[in-house]
Amino acid sequence: MVATATAGAHIDIEGVSHWFKQQDGVLQVLDHIDLRVQPGEFVALLGPSGCGKSTLLRLVAGLEPATVGRIAQDGEAITRPDPSRIVVFQDPTLYPWRNVRDNVALGLQARGLLKTQRSRVDDALALVGLADFAKSFPHQLSGGMAQRVALARALVNDPQLLVLDEPLGKLDSLTRIAMQSELVKLWQRAGFSALLVTHDVEEALFLAKRVIVLSDRPARIVAELVVDLPYPRHRNHPRLVELRHEALRHLGLDATW
Amino acid sequence: MTTAEQVLGGHLERPAPVRAQTPRATAVPASLQDAVVTGLWRTGIVAAIAWLAFGALTLYWPNKEVGFNDWTFTTELGVAALVAGVLLLAVALLGTHAGAAGRRLRPAGQWLIAAPLLLALWELLTAKLGLLPPPFFAPPQSLIDVACEDWARLGLSTAHSLRLLAHGFVLGALVGFGTGVWIGWSRIAGYWVHPVLRFLGPVPASALLPLAFFFAPSSYAAAVFLVGLATFFPVAVLTWSGVASVNKSYYDVARTLGASEWFLVRRVAIPAALPQVFVGLFMGLGASFSVLVTAEMMGVKAGLGWYLQWAQGWAAYANMYAALLVMAVLCSGLITLLFTVRDRALSWQKGTVQW
Repeated sequence: MVATATAGAHIDIEGVSHWFKQQDGVLQVLDHIDLRVQPGEFVALLGPSGCGKSTLLRLVAGLEPATVGRIAQDGEAITRPDPSRIVVFQDPTLYPWRNVRDNVALGLQARGLLKTQRSRVDDALALVGLADFAKSFPHQLSGGMAQRVALARALVNDPQLLVLDEPLGKLDSLTRIAMQSELVKLWQRAGFSALLVTHDVEEALFLAKRVIVLSDRPARIVAELVVDLPYPRHRNHPRLVELRHEALRHLGLDATW
Repeated sequence: MTTAEQVLGGHLERPAPVRAQTPRATAVPASLQDAVVTGLWRTGIVAAIAWLAFGALTLYWPNKEVGFNDWTFTTELGVAALVAGVLLLAVALLGTHAGAAGRRLRPAGQWLIAAPLLLALWELLTAKLGLLPPPFFAPPQSLIDVACEDWARLGLSTAHSLRLLAHGFVLGALVGFGTGVWIGWSRIAGYWVHPVLRFLGPVPASALLPLAFFFAPSSYAAAVFLVGLATFFPVAVLTWSGVASVNKSYYDVARTLGASEWFLVRRVAIPAALPQVFVGLFMGLGASFSVLVTAEMMGVKAGLGWYLQWAQGWAAYANMYAALLVMAVLCSGLITLLFTVRDRALSWQKGTVQW
């Protein structure tokens, strides 16, 4: 199996603030974020769109350095991207010139491991249920299938941290519900830590052990909700409904309840 | 694992064909008759008649006297047209039994009617009525004459043109591709090379002809340089724009997966830019034809351009038409070849430009 229980990463985000350079000065997007992700924990960042949650993910992934503050993985500062932390973006961003198998093989190929570990590619495809589509090209896939390929492309690298940037945001609602359950199964099986960004309250509560509610830009942590329910969860569980009410209240959408 | 879109996403599964309700199939409507390969091929019969008529016209209508000896190969042309007509008639009457020949000819049916009509018109205006006067206009049979009398020189000229084109085009395409990737990838190269390219690139390569012949060690080297230059510019610009317009998240994905800089160039930037590169190669090939012929007319003493010039000098207009015909076949053949290569290389693409 691809995902033998690798120990999940321990992520420390300490006093992180971040500014973007713009044509007329600077724009603050993150304001003093403190967050700790325990090994194997599933944490969701919930906030209004454009609040800066995706920026926090880019910093954690090592794609950009934080202006102020420190981000560390298992005690070591994160300075650059590393295959132990894999990002799944909102768009599947599959390479259209590669078929499904070659897309999934990307990480192994980039690290020169493809020759010795080719079988892991097929394992990862089987894991997301797309073994029969190995030779298809991305334009032949539906949105949900493409996103599952992107997931396989991440999982084949045995990540210690899976960074999920609204990975289900563009899927239709039926596919999204199905994929949420799959994501939980994959996470339980593989044991990685997961950091999910979403603006879907229900999705955050369904998936995560802890939901961090962020404010409008610049993003600050306004609340932390612990979802103390076992998996698999049921969407209409009274506790989830209660938590959803609370999350919406923190987001200033109390009146819509 | 069954998920919603496996059930819902129907585009990968084809629905089972619906069985006909009645045992008797409905007769094919007349408007679709030609698409169904059965029995007689009506268009083919019309085409055969047109070819036979063209042959008869060529053979039995005497050529107009024009002061010198008669057009040679008139009989041969007429007989060839009659043979074509008979063969077509056979294919048309055999219908489905004509096999591969029938299947390949069928789509071209209307062209097979138009071609003999146009040839007949040409034959009439030149050899039969003399409305288009010699020596500036020549009838179709004169092209056969040229092919038989002068095939050695024409063939050699074609070979020379091909060699020059190959040298210049390959050189220009390689350098153009390299430059395009370089300025698309490197900030410093973009800053220094791109403005130069923008300023000097649009100058027509043939405008540099006198300069090139003056500086280059031989006229052949000068021509290679100019053909290369004509190819270089579009290839470089389009490769550059292809590399520069690659979706930035493709790089993010590869970087988070542990890709090196070299991997990003080779496995991400170049494949993503390839569709644009082929547009550049197509434009470069077109530009190189024009420079090739100009260079051959101006200084290189071989090739189809030179042949054209030479034929005109001797008022051998039939030879000129023959050379133009060869050139048309050559250029369209090369572009077809390029598109074939592209379709192979970019088979992952959907709905690309057709040639």
